[in-house]
Amino acid sequence: MTQGRSAILELHQITKAFGGVEALRGVDFALHAGEIHGLVGENGAGKSTLMKIIAGVHPEFSGRFMLDGKETRFRSTRDAHAAGIGMVHQELSVAPDLTVAENVFLGNQPTNRLGFVQWRRMAREAGEQLARFGIDVDPMTRLGDLPIGLQQLIEIARVLFSGARIIILDEPTSALSPPEVERLFATLHKLRDEGTSIVFISHFIEDILRVSDVVTVFRNGRKIAETASADTTKGALIEAMIGRGGEALEHSYTDDLMLPQSSAGAAVLKVDQLSLRRSLQDVSFEARSGEVLGIYGFMGCGQLELSRILFGKLRPDGGTLAVDGAAKRFRSTAAARRAGVALVPESRRAMLFHQEPVYKNISISILERISALLLKPVRERAIAQRQVEQLQIRPPVVGLDLGMLSGGNQQKVALAKWLAYPPRVLVLCEPTRGMDVGAKNDVINIVRDLRAKGLAIIVLSTEPETVLSLADRILVLKRGAVVREFAGEAVSKDRLLEAA
Amino acid sequence: MASSDGATARADHQRSRGLAPFLRSQMRNIAPFLTLIFLSGFFAIASPSFATIDNVGNILTQVSVTGIIAVGLTFVILCAEIDLSIASIANVTGIAVAYFTLQESYVNIANVPMPGIVAILLALALCALLGLVNALGLTMIGIPSFIMTLAMMQIAAGVSALLVRGQIAYKVPPLITTLGSGSIGGIPWIVIVAAVMLLGGHLVLTYTRFGRYVYMVGGNREAAEFAGLNVKLILGSVMVISAVCSGIGGMLGVAHFGSAQQNEFDTYLLDSIAAVVVGGTSLFGGRGGIGNTIVGLFVLGVLNNGLDHVNIDSFLKILIRGLILLAALIINVYAQRLREQAAD
Ligand SMILES: Nc1ncnc2c1ncn2[C@@H]1O[C@H](COP(=O)(O)OP(=O)(O)O)[C@@H](O)[C@H]1O
Ligand SMILES: [Mg+2]
Repeated sequence: MTQGRSAILELHQITKAFGGVEALRGVDFALHAGEIHGLVGENGAGKSTLMKIIAGVHPEFSGRFMLDGKETRFRSTRDAHAAGIGMVHQELSVAPDLTVAENVFLGNQPTNRLGFVQWRRMAREAGEQLARFGIDVDPMTRLGDLPIGLQQLIEIARVLFSGARIIILDEPTSALSPPEVERLFATLHKLRDEGTSIVFISHFIEDILRVSDVVTVFRNGRKIAETASADTTKGALIEAMIGRGGEALEHSYTDDLMLPQSSAGAAVLKVDQLSLRRSLQDVSFEARSGEVLGIYGFMGCGQLELSRILFGKLRPDGGTLAVDGAAKRFRSTAAARRAGVALVPESRRAMLFHQEPVYKNISISILERISALLLKPVRERAIAQRQVEQLQIRPPVVGLDLGMLSGGNQQKVALAKWLAYPPRVLVLCEPTRGMDVGAKNDVINIVRDLRAKGLAIIVLSTEPETVLSLADRILVLKRGAVVREFAGEAVSKDRLLEAA
Repeated sequence: MASSDGATARADHQRSRGLAPFLRSQMRNIAPFLTLIFLSGFFAIASPSFATIDNVGNILTQVSVTGIIAVGLTFVILCAEIDLSIASIANVTGIAVAYFTLQESYVNIANVPMPGIVAILLALALCALLGLVNALGLTMIGIPSFIMTLAMMQIAAGVSALLVRGQIAYKVPPLITTLGSGSIGGIPWIVIVAAVMLLGGHLVLTYTRFGRYVYMVGGNREAAEFAGLNVKLILGSVMVISAVCSGIGGMLGVAHFGSAQQNEFDTYLLDSIAAVVVGGTSLFGGRGGIGNTIVGLFVLGVLNNGLDHVNIDSFLKILIRGLILLAALIINVYAQRLREQAAD
């Protein structure tokens, strides 16, 4: 349906680097009127960067930018906005402290002649718009009080109804439920038929195939392929996304990998029918002693929430959790720790004390055991020193402020904290994210050591490589539900992506 | 001054990286100390009556009640919370202890006389209870401490008003009278109590597990929770500690002033916060300690006392105090930023 019409947006040979990292290398991209253009590619392929260039977020780049056949250069998002381009960013960019109505009208609230905001009119119109989109909320509630999925829907609604003629949606469905996704797709089709051009980025390849007219595949900052959706398949797209052989610096996990036949011990942690509003549905599994259980899924699939529930930071709406056969309802993270469950979260800010010395970061988990009332600094340091040596943390100075260590070494300190404890169940979120190859290998070896010691380990990651390099058994989580288990069978990156 | 046993090791290491970064990271400890030396020097030169043994004793006595209250407040601010109800709780506790003591017949208060020790225990229970309400509001309901303790400020003032109904009570139990206004060997008991409480606070913060937890929760609350600390319990505890310290300050204060009445402690709210913050304890939590609070107390004490010794417009004094407080706040925020840069 795009044949014959000229492109309203044309990009030629776009190159963009962040410091030394080339995010985009000579990309051509064209968008036609009344077209839904799907974009797929692995994390880091450059999809968001290209879209941010179109939306005026990155004014610095090389290459030609043509809008309506005229060479254009946006200096800011404001320019892009004025040219009729609206974008829903991958990272939620709402104002949680403003009301729903204010968020819907962000930047262009209706005002009267004196410049006062017309609150009643704004609330009414916001309510009408959202209702058209099937969202039933009071426009005067604080946005931050709503669940994440609903916040995301409201942000999408804001852009869809802003009157923009080019709409970019960067992974908008990660936190949406199936009926919400349906409503979104219906609205997208309607807007397309009215002549709006839409770019739709998603990890859910079935969605891309269903909703878009054309699909473009990115890999490593390059455009690899562009085809009509009708002419391609999920398998072909995945293959184009991850590539075969050749470029692999590290193990690329494109080939089949045999998961071991179960040699694991007894179930230590048992989770049954766990559910959390909008995030998890009837999740059941067990983690066994001497086994690494990998849980893979796209961003927003419910992993984060699951890890928080296991560690007592979130309370589930339903379902049960048992450690060594005893049912538990953790009322705090302290209760989870005492029951033998430990968590290393995905963000270093959340897991460590950057202004405190290394040894205090490590000993915090065991203070309760080594000191009844008074601290025992000598013992604390000795225990920390042992961990630092075992994990080869550099520099091996326990009195040094943590903030002075490199990221990889900080991550090791976060592990060291729990190795000193040690727990029965260790939950690791994105344990190797952002690490160089050497540090990654160190972490992999540490995890294998712990497994040999009989810990039950759960690794949650959105990176297939991480799960494949660590796990003995893999669960795939999709929109809050376990959709597939790989155990004692062949698995590979495309099989994981296929299942998710 | 430094607040923790790791400080020496850290200092050693940082010194080896050069003096400038070390000084920068220690700015919050150094700046208040320099201020104290500067102010003392200034007043000593400006007024012959300032630098005398007698006057040092005056200063110590003048900062005692603030010091007792500031012990608990230091715990709260180290956790990156605030307690605005300290002065009100001090007031109501002082009034309560008098309420439970037999007053002279001309005092027109429907008081309920009890034996001295019972009166003291009841008053302590009252302030602990009010602290517990603060703690529950903060941790269970999730009301920000700023708002919760603002409400408590009113509640405590309300209870005070109901107890004294605009009257003044004079009598408190003998033990309180002695501690508040007596002295031993020429040293006022109230100074001794303040010193003991400050020392106790320092020991708890530096050498106990609880003290470590306070610093950790203040340094990074999220990380503390992810380390499996019971953050709510720790936050709740510091609110109760703060209220009890205020209560003790209030009882001794009433004995010190010789009367118990409404709004008697109003100035102590700002004075206590100022002492903690001027001393260099970070408003963002996790940095500082009782050592800093002691320096802060002396800065305020020397300033208030010194201004009385030099000839200066008494209205100008208020402005000067405000400016000093502003300078301390700027240093406080700036020191935090320098430290963060040093850690990067
Ligand atoms: N603001 C930025 N600063 C530095 N590097 C960036 C920035 N944004 C993206 N990158 C890098 O550019 C590459 C492409 O990222 P991105 O466009 O977000 O990929 P995608 O959206 O396809 O997952 C990645 O290597 C990423 O780390
Ligand atoms: Mg992206």
